[in-house]
Amino acid sequence: MGHLKIAHLSWRLLATIVVSYIFVLVLLPMGALLSNSMAGGWGGFLEDLSQPVARKALQLTFEVALIGALVNGVFGLLTAYVLVRFEFPGKGLLNALVDLPFAIPTNVSGLMLLAVYGGGSPLGKVLEGLGLPLAYSIPGVVVAVILVTFPFTIRALQPLLEELDPDIEAAAYILGASRWKTFWKVTFPSLLPGVLSGVTLAFSRGLAEFGAVVVVAGNIPMKTQLAAVYIYGEMESYNARGATSISIVLVAAAIVLLVLLNLVSSKQRLTIPRFGLLRKIFVKGEVKEHGNPVIPVQDR
Amino acid sequence: MATPSYQSKTAKFTMIGIVFLYFTVFIILPIGGMFAGAFAKGLPAFWRELTRPEAVHAISLTFIITAIVTVLNAVFGTVLAILLVRHHFPGAALLKGIVDLPFAVSPVIAGFMLILLYGPKGLLGVFFDAWGIKIVYALPGMILATLFVTLPFVVKEVSLVLQEIGTEQEQAATILGAGPWRTFWRITLPGIRWGLLYGITLTVARSLGEFGAVLVVSGNIINRTQTATMDIYQAYSDYNELGSYAVAALLAIISFAILFSLELIKKKKEAASNGN
Repeated sequence: MGHLKIAHLSWRLLATIVVSYIFVLVLLPMGALLSNSMAGGWGGFLEDLSQPVARKALQLTFEVALIGALVNGVFGLLTAYVLVRFEFPGKGLLNALVDLPFAIPTNVSGLMLLAVYGGGSPLGKVLEGLGLPLAYSIPGVVVAVILVTFPFTIRALQPLLEELDPDIEAAAYILGASRWKTFWKVTFPSLLPGVLSGVTLAFSRGLAEFGAVVVVAGNIPMKTQLAAVYIYGEMESYNARGATSISIVLVAAAIVLLVLLNLVSSKQRLTIPRFGLLRKIFVKGEVKEHGNPVIPVQDR
Repeated sequence: MATPSYQSKTAKFTMIGIVFLYFTVFIILPIGGMFAGAFAKGLPAFWRELTRPEAVHAISLTFIITAIVTVLNAVFGTVLAILLVRHHFPGAALLKGIVDLPFAVSPVIAGFMLILLYGPKGLLGVFFDAWGIKIVYALPGMILATLFVTLPFVVKEVSLVLQEIGTEQEQAATILGAGPWRTFWRITLPGIRWGLLYGITLTVARSLGEFGAVLVVSGNIINRTQTATMDIYQAYSDYNELGSYAVAALLAIISFAILFSLELIKKKKEAASNGN
């Protein structure tokens, strides 16, 4: 069905080059990882994972990523809602700042956090006085993960909220639903796919994070050492196999999340039309529009 | 935009207040703190730290890697996108999944995989070693690592636009007698230009800011394989906070510029997809 079919032979050549590019760039390295992890057989693989330091690092990573993702979901939902539905001074600025954590190098993000909340700053001294130091602490790692995953849920929800007519919420409220009921029964269900995809992305990013985390938390085994930092440490001390086994676990988790995400986003497409129906039932304007069909531009 | 009538004023202001607090804690204060740190001893000190020989070397290395990676991934990414969107072939879905993989792999693991493959004991490392070519702990490995982490950007952005613009114009050009190359240069490329530019900008941003993958693969050798992000890390570890903040502030300023151009490109892209 394709067009731009470059004359058969040269097209084939081009396709071959591109596929080889992917092979060399992605598949060969992944293959090297897989074959190395199996060098010690299953026994060796499981033994590496049962090392206390490795297990602790993995456990911490999943916990931190989960907390980060949940915060991202809750505050992302609130932020997206406020940015789409309310008018207030400074809104444009906030909206522009959302993407910043993606544009800034991750270890710079970590450094920024230390600059304000680290031991050397006035705010940091207050936090230390409260027994909540940012540097070399788990709360610090969580804060770092929240910062680097900041945009995910917000950006996943904004387009959905823009599609969702506020009149539907108003209609539910007028028809007697309480504010909370309106939110949970009308607003939230249609935002759920966006929340899920934002939280999944944030979780997956949290599992992988290195730059921000290594700067804020350092590399204290059993205390603040996360999986990516552990892998780096093992590599530096030439324990390639220990690093490989943990890597396999992280990559496998990430691939599972990637597949889940694809499922969520295919569900996302199903959710919006359902509200098209609600719209026609509830909102007069839409029914009228339905009665006077608008001729699509192409047919004019 | 209409404010939903069912929200009470108190709820509205509380929500806006929380959002402002959220941004202040996680974005505004940290950025402010870093810039305050970078300029704490005045502009001359900032400039002196920015022009430390190792910082200059690191920043130029970052620019070299970014330039090479951006060109390669722009070209290969565009061809890949055309292959994935316009051609149906066995394994297309698999290829699409493989292109997404770099987003799922932690940068540290990406660098680590390259060491396993091209390192002194690696399958290909042994081969390249025999020819006297150094891949890891050298520029080629750093380029490979950055290519890996930025692979999906151009492919994704161009694929989206290709799906949107459809094939009608390409078909028309072909029917009117244009050859495939001519069709590509005159029809497809102008059609995808804003998507391509968006993908390229994302690639540039990520290449400039990559830390984990290049750190692992480069061996972190001062004045040889250290990039800007590594110099920031090094300076901080050496208790030269000012030096660290200065280079970080430079990268942050570049990030602001990139973000600004992304917004502009997004507007152009939307305008183009709404029929110019």
